[in-house]
Amino acid sequence: MATTLADDLRPLHHPHSWVTKYVWSQDHKVIAIQYSVTAIGIGLVALVLSALMRLQLGFPGAFPSIQPDNYLQFVSMHGMIMVVYLLTALLLGGFGNYLIPLMIGARDMGFPFVNMLSYWLYPLSVIVLVIGFFVPGGPTGAGWTLYPPQAITEGTPGHQWGIATMLVSLAIFVAAFTMGGLNYVTTVLQARTKGMTLMRMPLSVWGIFTASIMGLLAFPALFVAAIMMLFDHFAGTSFFMPTMQSMGKITPTEGGSPLLFQHLFWFFGHPEVYIVALPAFGIVSDLISVHARRNIFGYRMMVWAITIIGALSFVVWAHHMYVSGMNPYFGFFFATSTLIIAIPTAIKVYNWLLTLWRGDLHLRVPMLFAIAFIFTFIHGGLSGLFLGNVSVDVPLSDTFFVVAHFHMVMGVSPVLVIFGAIYHWYPKICGRMWNDTLGKLHFWITFLGVYAIFLPMHYLGILGVPRRYYALGETAFIPQSVHLANEWISIAALVVFAAQGLFFFNMIWSLFRGPKADPNPWGAASLEWQTPQTPPEHGNWGPHLPVVYRWPYDYSVPGASRDFIPQTEPRA
Amino acid sequence: MPIAVAIALLVLGSVAFHLFSPWWRTPIASNWGSIDTALDVTLWICAAAFVILNLFMAWVLVRYRNRPGHKAHYEPENAGLEKRLTVWTAIGIAGMLAPGLAAWGKYVSVPKEAAIVEAIGQQWQWAFRYPGPDGVLGAAAVKYVTVDNPLGLDPLDPFGRDDLLIESGDLHLPVGKPVKIVLRSKDVLHDFYVPEFRAKMDLVPGIVTYFWMTPTKTGTFDILCAELCGTGHHEMRGKVVVESPGAFAQWQAQQTSFSQILADMPAAAMSITLIKANACTIPAAWSNR
Repeated sequence: MATTLADDLRPLHHPHSWVTKYVWSQDHKVIAIQYSVTAIGIGLVALVLSALMRLQLGFPGAFPSIQPDNYLQFVSMHGMIMVVYLLTALLLGGFGNYLIPLMIGARDMGFPFVNMLSYWLYPLSVIVLVIGFFVPGGPTGAGWTLYPPQAITEGTPGHQWGIATMLVSLAIFVAAFTMGGLNYVTTVLQARTKGMTLMRMPLSVWGIFTASIMGLLAFPALFVAAIMMLFDHFAGTSFFMPTMQSMGKITPTEGGSPLLFQHLFWFFGHPEVYIVALPAFGIVSDLISVHARRNIFGYRMMVWAITIIGALSFVVWAHHMYVSGMNPYFGFFFATSTLIIAIPTAIKVYNWLLTLWRGDLHLRVPMLFAIAFIFTFIHGGLSGLFLGNVSVDVPLSDTFFVVAHFHMVMGVSPVLVIFGAIYHWYPKICGRMWNDTLGKLHFWITFLGVYAIFLPMHYLGILGVPRRYYALGETAFIPQSVHLANEWISIAALVVFAAQGLFFFNMIWSLFRGPKADPNPWGAASLEWQTPQTPPEHGNWGPHLPVVYRWPYDYSVPGASRDFIPQTEPRA
Repeated sequence: MPIAVAIALLVLGSVAFHLFSPWWRTPIASNWGSIDTALDVTLWICAAAFVILNLFMAWVLVRYRNRPGHKAHYEPENAGLEKRLTVWTAIGIAGMLAPGLAAWGKYVSVPKEAAIVEAIGQQWQWAFRYPGPDGVLGAAAVKYVTVDNPLGLDPLDPFGRDDLLIESGDLHLPVGKPVKIVLRSKDVLHDFYVPEFRAKMDLVPGIVTYFWMTPTKTGTFDILCAELCGTGHHEMRGKVVVESPGAFAQWQAQQTSFSQILADMPAAAMSITLIKANACTIPAAWSNR
C-alpha cells in the first residue's frame, strides 16, 4: 500500500509530558474525555438542584431554607446547565470529539490546537457560571429563558450580579462552541479516509455534523442577545427595556422590546433542541443497528430526515411564543411549520422500529437504553404536537404539561441515549467492561422512574397547574390529590436521583477492576471498532489509515461467514 | 423479554392512567370549546400512534429476540413501505392541524360587538379598568403613573375621564357577552390565565396585548399569572366574577370613575403628573449637576 500524505504521522503534535498529554492535550480522545467529565460534573450540580426543587414541590414548607428566591434560582440554573452546559457540551464536545475522527478514519480533528482551545474555554465558562452561586444575591432566578425585563429588574433573584455571570458565561460558552463546531464540520468535510463517502458515514456522524452546522448558525443569536442584555444592564441601553415601573419608580429606559429578546432567544433555543436531539438520533441509530444485528432501515431516508429536520428547525422558533403577545397571525405559519417537522421525525421513529423488526435482538444494556429512548421519544414527540398545534397550546402553555413534554423529549430521551452510548463505547474508550448486573439495575430504575415522574405531570398540566410556582397555595381548581401527586413524583425523582450512584460506581469501579474488553465486543462494523489498539492510541490508526469499502451497516449479510462485515473489508 | 413486557405494560398503564386519572381539564366556562375539541382530536390521533407504535415494538422485541439459529433479515430499504408511512403520517398531522388552525382563526378574530376590559399587571397584583359609558379606554402609559394615578391614565385624554378603575377588587364580567380583554403591564412580563376560560395571553411592558372570549358560566374563578414575573409570581392572584348582566350593571354603577378620582386629587397633582411624564428622562446623576 502506498504511503499517502495522511499516513504521515510527523505533523501530529505528539505529547512529550504528562501535562501535554492529559492537560493541554491536542488529542481528540483526551479532549473528548475532558469535555465529558466537565459536563457530567456540572450536570451533577443540575441534578442536585432538581432534587431540591422536587423537595419543595413535594413537601412544601417542610424545608424552610428553600425560599421562593432559592426555588426560582434552582429552576433557572437547573434548566440552563442541563440544556447548554451538560447536553450540548457532552453530545458535541464529548461524543463529537471522540467519535468523528474514529468513525471517519481520521487521525485527529482538523485543527487540534483550536480543539484544545475550545475545550479550555468551556471549563472557564463553567467556572464563571458557578461563580454566580457565590456573588451577592446569588445566581439568576429569571428562568432558564432569562426573559427581560425581569431578568435585570428588582424583584427577580440575582438581577444584579447573578444574571451578569450567567450572560458572560454563555458568551464564553458560545466562543468555545464555535471553535469546536468549526472543527467538527471541517473534519467531517475534509478528513474522511479513502472510501469514506458522505453516504457511508455512520448516522452518529451525520447527526453530530448536522447539529454542529446548526449550532454555528444558532448560537450567535444567543450571543448577541447576551451581549445586548449586558449593555442594557450595565451601559444604560434600552434594547429590551421599555419605560416601566420598578419598585415604585419609573425607569429611565425607553422604547426597548422584550419580545425582541424572546425572538433572539428562541431563534437559538429551538434549533438548540435539535442540536441536542440530532446527535442523540444518530447515536441511537447506531446502537440499535449494532445490537439488532441488522442494517439500519432506510439509511438514505434517515440522512435526509436529519438534514430536513436541521433546516426546518430554523423556521419554527415562534411556537414557543404563541401567547407571548407577538402578532397573533404568526401562529398560523409557525403551527404549520412545526407540525410539518413531525413528519421527518416520525420517519426516524419508524425506521428505528423497522430496524428492530426482523432483527436478531441482543438485549444488552446499551440496547435497553436505546429501546427506552424510542419509548420516551415517541411519548415526548407526540406531546409536542399538542404544544405545536397553536390553539391547543393556549391552555397548556406555561403549565406542567410543558414541563412534562420537554423533559420527556429533550431531557429524558437524550440522557437515555447518553447512558446507552457510554455503556456501548466504554469498552473502546477505557479498554474494560462494566458490570452487567449494575448496568441493568441502573437501567430499570432510571427508565421506570422517569416515566413515573413525567407521565402524571402531563395530566397536572391539562388540569391547569402552572409551572415555575414555588407553591400552589389555596387555589380553587386544584384539588388535594394534586398535592399527593406532587409528593409521589418527588419520591420517584429522589429514587431516580439516588440510582445514578449505581452508574457512577459502575463506571469508576470498572475502570480499575473491570475485565479487559475485547477490541470489538459487540461485533460492530463501523471504523471505530477496527482500531489497532484498544483504547486507540494517539493517531488512532498506527502506520496506515484504514480504507473503507462499504457502508457501516453490513450486518447479517446473506452468505457472509460472520453476522457483520467491517467497513474495512474489501468487497468480494 | 422483560423489556417487552415492560413496554407493553407501560402502554396499557398509560391508557389506564388516562382513563382513571382524577386530573383532567377544569369544567369549561367560556366559548373556547373549539380549543378543547382541537385538543381532543390531537389527543386521539397521538394516542393511537403511541399505542400502535409501542405495542408493535413490544411484539418485535419478543418475536425477533436473539435465540439459537435465529438470524436477522438483511434489507437496506423498502421505498414503498417508507412512502406509505410518510403519507399516513402526513394525513394524521393534517387531521390535527386543521381543527387547531380553525380554532386559532377564531381566537385571533375579535367580534366587533365585543366589550372592552383592561387588565393591568404589576408585581404582584392585578388591577382592572372599564371604558365607561363612551366604550373607549382613555390613553394610558407608565410615564403617567403617580401615587394618585396608579394605573397611569393620561389626565388630558377626555376618553379616559369616564373610565372605571378597579385597583384592588375583582374583575366582573357579564355572562354570555363577548369581551376583548386588553392587557397592559406596568413592569415585567405577566400572563392573564384563568384555566376555566382556556384562553391566556402575556402582558408585555411597552405594548398592549389582548385576547377575547365569551364567559358562558356564572361563578367566581381564580386569575393566575402564568409568566414568570419574579419572587412573588406564585402569589400574583386575582378573581374574576362572572354574573348575570343585571348584577353586572349594578356592580358597575358602584365603581369609581377617573374623573371622580381627579376631582379628589390635590390641585397641583395633575400638573406634577404632566410635568413628570413629559420631562426628559435624564439619569439622576446628570440632572443634579
